[in-house]
Amino acid sequence: MTTLDPKTTDTADSAMSSRSTGTKATRAIGIAATFAMGWLVLFGLVLSPADVNQGESVRLLYIHVPTIWVAYLSFVVTAVASGMYLFTKKHSLGWDRLAGASAEIGVAFVGLTLLVGAMWGRLTWGVFWQWDARLTTTALLFVTYIGYLAVRRLGGSHEQRAKRSAVVGLLSVLLIPLVHWSVVIWRSLHQTASVLDTDGNIDMDGTMLFTLFIGVIAFSLLYLWLVMHRTRALAMEDMLEDRGLDIALAERRAEGGTR
Amino acid sequence: MSVARTAWLIARKDLRIEWKSRVITNQVVPFAGVTMVIFGFALDANTDVLELVAPGLVWLATMFSLLLLVQRNFSVEADDGALDAMRVAGVDARGIFFGKVIGLALQLLVLEVLLLFAAVVLYGETIRLDGAVLLVTTMISATCGLAAVGTLYGGLAAGSKGRETLLPLLTLPAVAPVLIGATRAVESALGTGVAELSDGWQWVSLLTVFAVAFGVGGSLAFGPLIDE
Repeated sequence: MTTLDPKTTDTADSAMSSRSTGTKATRAIGIAATFAMGWLVLFGLVLSPADVNQGESVRLLYIHVPTIWVAYLSFVVTAVASGMYLFTKKHSLGWDRLAGASAEIGVAFVGLTLLVGAMWGRLTWGVFWQWDARLTTTALLFVTYIGYLAVRRLGGSHEQRAKRSAVVGLLSVLLIPLVHWSVVIWRSLHQTASVLDTDGNIDMDGTMLFTLFIGVIAFSLLYLWLVMHRTRALAMEDMLEDRGLDIALAERRAEGGTR
Repeated sequence: MSVARTAWLIARKDLRIEWKSRVITNQVVPFAGVTMVIFGFALDANTDVLELVAPGLVWLATMFSLLLLVQRNFSVEADDGALDAMRVAGVDARGIFFGKVIGLALQLLVLEVLLLFAAVVLYGETIRLDGAVLLVTTMISATCGLAAVGTLYGGLAAGSKGRETLLPLLTLPAVAPVLIGATRAVESALGTGVAELSDGWQWVSLLTVFAVAFGVGGSLAFGPLIDE
């Protein structure tokens, strides 16, 4: 049983010794992310102009677009990390924790994208939701990864969790193109004239494009910062579970010895 | 023992258990029937609407019943630790997977025929002869996809307690493409609304690709998922 020996949970020890999930690197990234967010607020709310068609609601897109970009990025990371766990010889739990941390952040950011998108849709299209291909795929992506996170919490040893969730993580990747394909033909078949222009017809001027660019940078930095902290926090959780088991075992042994 | 032989034995065993226990005839079929009736309540027994949405309701009822069937199919295995025993005995996981898929698919097909019949009786749906080939092809390809997904996540959710609730959360988003595709294809086959017969075939290709993808992916993933 590997779980009885805390030393086998590879990266966990180094994280544990500092008793914090922060390092110099995360601090630097955190400062950079804060700085970039400040810039985003400045450009998104003050310096960039209102849109000719959409008015002030265009500013929501400076959050909407970067959050969905981060969500896609995190699901790609989850898939790659799941594959690395399954197909590398070492089966390092570090990959599993990275996959889990990244999926958690991805789900949070898809949720944010849908929320901000619904607000923007209400202001621009007059409705919160459109059954267009992209929205439907995104909603299913959201539910699929909530399922993935539920699988991670099924219990069992760390190795069981890692193998199970890596397989489910890769199956989710298999699903995405099928879902996308189905909703694309579905919506193209049923397209009616009353459907509003989902492209939004954004007249991208230079400042707007630059603001969007800052948004992507700022949220990517935030993702990096979150994923590093979260991966280490998960390592600590695993450590705590192992230690707890060790302590309980030691106590039982001590009880046996005194008798 | 070859994979095909294992699959055949497991499918035959599953079907024999179902034939003898009558859980399907006593519980799952009545449940599916009740679903079809309460859809009628929800849509105010408006036959114009019901006729229009009947293909979707048939597939929705199939998917709800799928969840029951999958749980049933795996509780048979999990209760006596039969899955673990088979794995320890060195039975190929792919064989178990395909056997379960075949057994489940045959049960689903029977159910779908009954549900279609219910749609004819309750919702006033008409089945036309020139759409029969499309209808049968759709049912077979959609059922294979549903059975593959159901078996895969059923295997994961089988075993320890408290996992049953996970099954719908994993299965329903995964079978969403089947629901969309099979509904449109059956609409074309039956000529509901403005659906053209020729539109149906592109959905059959989607359903087939789905079934193959989850058949292959499932056979590879099933072993790691049930090994604990």
